[in-house]
Amino acid sequence: MTYYAPNLPERGAFTAWRTAARRLISHRIAPEQIDWTGNPGLFAGEPLPDQQGLHTANVPGAFLKLAQSVIWHSAPERFALLYEALWRLDIKQGAPLSQADPLGRRLNLQAKAVGRDIHKMHAFVRFRELPGDAPRRRFVAWFEPEHHTLEPGSRFFANRFADMDWVIATPRLVARFEAGALGFHPPGTRPDLPEDASEALWATYFANIFNPARIKLDAMRSEMPKKYWKNLPETSLIPSMLADAEARVTRMHEAATLASRRGSAAVSTRYRGAMKQPSDLPETLEDARDAALHCRRCALCEHATQTVWGRGPSDASLMVVGEQPGDREDLEGRPFVGPSARLLSELMAEVGIDPARTYFTNAVKHFKFAARGTERIQQTPDSDEINQCRWWLGLELAFVRPRLVLVLGASAVFAMTGDANPLPSRRGRVKIGLHGGPVLISRYPALMPMRQGPMADALARRELTADLREVARFSLPR
Amino acid sequence: MASMTLQDKLAILSDAAKYDASCASSGGEKRDSRRGGVGSSGGSGICHAYTPDGRCISLLKILMTNFCIFDCAYCINRVSSNVERARFSVKEVVNLTLEFYRRNYIEGLFLSSGIIRSPDQTMSDMVCIVRTLRETHGFRGYIHLKTIPDAAPELIREAGLYADRLSVNVELPRDESVRALAPEKRPEMIRSAMAQIRLEGEAAKEKTHTGRRNQRFAPAGQSTQMIVGADSADDVTILRSATRLYTGYRLRRVYYSAFSPIPDASVVLPLIKPPLMREHRLYQADWLLRFYGFSADEIATGAHGGHLDLAIDPKLAWALQHRGLFPLDANRAPREALLRVPGFGVRTVDRIIAARRQGALRYEDLVRIGALMKKARSFITVPGWHPGSLTDSSRLSDRFVSPPEQLSLL
Repeated sequence: MTYYAPNLPERGAFTAWRTAARRLISHRIAPEQIDWTGNPGLFAGEPLPDQQGLHTANVPGAFLKLAQSVIWHSAPERFALLYEALWRLDIKQGAPLSQADPLGRRLNLQAKAVGRDIHKMHAFVRFRELPGDAPRRRFVAWFEPEHHTLEPGSRFFANRFADMDWVIATPRLVARFEAGALGFHPPGTRPDLPEDASEALWATYFANIFNPARIKLDAMRSEMPKKYWKNLPETSLIPSMLADAEARVTRMHEAATLASRRGSAAVSTRYRGAMKQPSDLPETLEDARDAALHCRRCALCEHATQTVWGRGPSDASLMVVGEQPGDREDLEGRPFVGPSARLLSELMAEVGIDPARTYFTNAVKHFKFAARGTERIQQTPDSDEINQCRWWLGLELAFVRPRLVLVLGASAVFAMTGDANPLPSRRGRVKIGLHGGPVLISRYPALMPMRQGPMADALARRELTADLREVARFSLPR
Repeated sequence: MASMTLQDKLAILSDAAKYDASCASSGGEKRDSRRGGVGSSGGSGICHAYTPDGRCISLLKILMTNFCIFDCAYCINRVSSNVERARFSVKEVVNLTLEFYRRNYIEGLFLSSGIIRSPDQTMSDMVCIVRTLRETHGFRGYIHLKTIPDAAPELIREAGLYADRLSVNVELPRDESVRALAPEKRPEMIRSAMAQIRLEGEAAKEKTHTGRRNQRFAPAGQSTQMIVGADSADDVTILRSATRLYTGYRLRRVYYSAFSPIPDASVVLPLIKPPLMREHRLYQADWLLRFYGFSADEIATGAHGGHLDLAIDPKLAWALQHRGLFPLDANRAPREALLRVPGFGVRTVDRIIAARRQGALRYEDLVRIGALMKKARSFITVPGWHPGSLTDSSRLSDRFVSPPEQLSLL
């Protein structure tokens, strides 16, 4: 049996392997007939066929992607494993790229090791600056990767440090980036790295960002394996940091008994004095709003973002009271935003009510919701929450003193009238609210799209328009 | 004070910054320096070093100053603490960041600060630092800016122009605890700031009606941190609170930081060894919330008295309470169901789904795929394997608990 021994170079290994593999598979040369190790031993291999054969192998993109990684692995058998996978793909034998296949598993592990080695190189290369006054600053680093990863890993540094010249020397290959051009060169002796003043600052940072009260050595070693330590200047500090850790924690405990820093009480008193405090009996609408921003009358404030106070002129003759803020209103801190509020404004304008001359607010000032997946689903406030919030609604009514209140929705009607009976029979009626003034009962436009079909939608729209006409008659002259 | 060297300041202001857990540098926009400036970002984050506390160093995490007029009991920098104080100049922070960056020590800057004079003043000083980095020096690396919640909305907007990520710390899982331990902070202000960051971020992603891009705003989103163990909130309360933060403000991450004794700690706080295992279980539960389709209430069914089981992970704890749903046929079960099998991670599940298209998977295949079969085998069936009575065995949970360990005093 003849066998072949392709020779692959240190640089450009992927292209070379791919060319050789393509040639071999085109002649349907089986994996057993190829020695990819580069040192064929006693029997010198045959040269590769110098013509492309008749057979063409088609492989999935995933194979090329995997091969482009595996090729940089240091295991000598990687070329053979890749060819075996290629062969099996070609003759359709099993799923040689699958994690569940022994070969696929092995290749995937090799690709993963390469990816990790590249990632660790991006993390652990440490440059030192070369002295000099060249227009471009010059840096040099010595690094020992586990696999042949300098070549695939260097583009990252070129993109990141495009405005400086740098060299990364490794035992097998040297990458040099000069005036914007990246090149690879054969290895020389390990370069002498000059002292760099920033390294002392880096050591200071490393020692101080460490928390001696929570030592997790395993976590450190698994992410920063010891094989890399020799080229990481900061790792020399680790033993002394550990030795001192316990004593530092003890000192922290002892320090805890110290008295407060002198003068600190005065600073706190001054700042806290200047913080806006909610007044118990607000004297203006503005005061009431400030107080409401820090409301804790019920538990809703803990979940909602913020108090959504009313908006509009403080002398509006019409006040519109909705039920409670929705998701968007909660985030923005403004009531009546979003599509249904826009619809309401349009309908108001149609019957001659100026939305800009109207005061909009809600019966409950905090958003009540349940978190489902990534959404916050609105929930109806209970009677206790409505009762607690009536304090704020009462203040708004007292300071704005509207001629008429348009109330939208059942819980808002309950807040204004104390009547929790079903809404439909009372829609369009004017009642006297708990504050002693007239309220007109209607429905919130957000409810309309929930109804069935365009007919019902048009009906709801007509109903609301009719209610708004009534409002216009009642409240406009002042 | 005047004699303080840069090294002294760095020691003080990095020591002061270490209680912020986040060091992520991932998820930013793709940038590099080929068209000028220095630095790149985008893709997965890079951890450039690890300290013996097991935490990574990805960013230069420092305070602009540790002078602070607030008096938050859990914080080393509170006004009443006796720690040594320092303040960086704009130039010092900018130079440290750039010089560390050019030597490949870091991915960028995480800047936080004590509050000096006023929240607005502090925030605008911080914004000045990041503006200098971006505009004067063309810095394209990652910037995480800790936002002062009481700062004016315009300042937060400007911060989003330069920073990749903004964060506002909720500090504690319950409002009541924030008010008690951080009297100058107001939970509603913290949440309003988060809401603003969410809305600005969404607006920046939308195109205007003329098709123009809106102004950039913190492309790597926002995160927050909650201190665990400084108040009496239980784990379920913490997870519910985290759920609200994720749904309300679209946070990329909630960081849980085991309360750690700080030098010169306030007497109102427990001086305990940081509850690292509890922190770990909370992170596992947080992953279940974000990637495995669990809700806080479901996780709660595996908890005891509101606390996650420290001996076993929260998914296993949940599964042991829901054995009726198991064993699952690993070759047929849908993705959502497989994600609930203890010992199967997201990647394992995706591999199973990809591999089973080529034929039924057997026990050894699952091992090769990387499933933790020691956990998973009681909950699944595959051709040739059935857990039999194992799933319902009353001793099942004992198999997963590690032997007791002698606790040590701090």
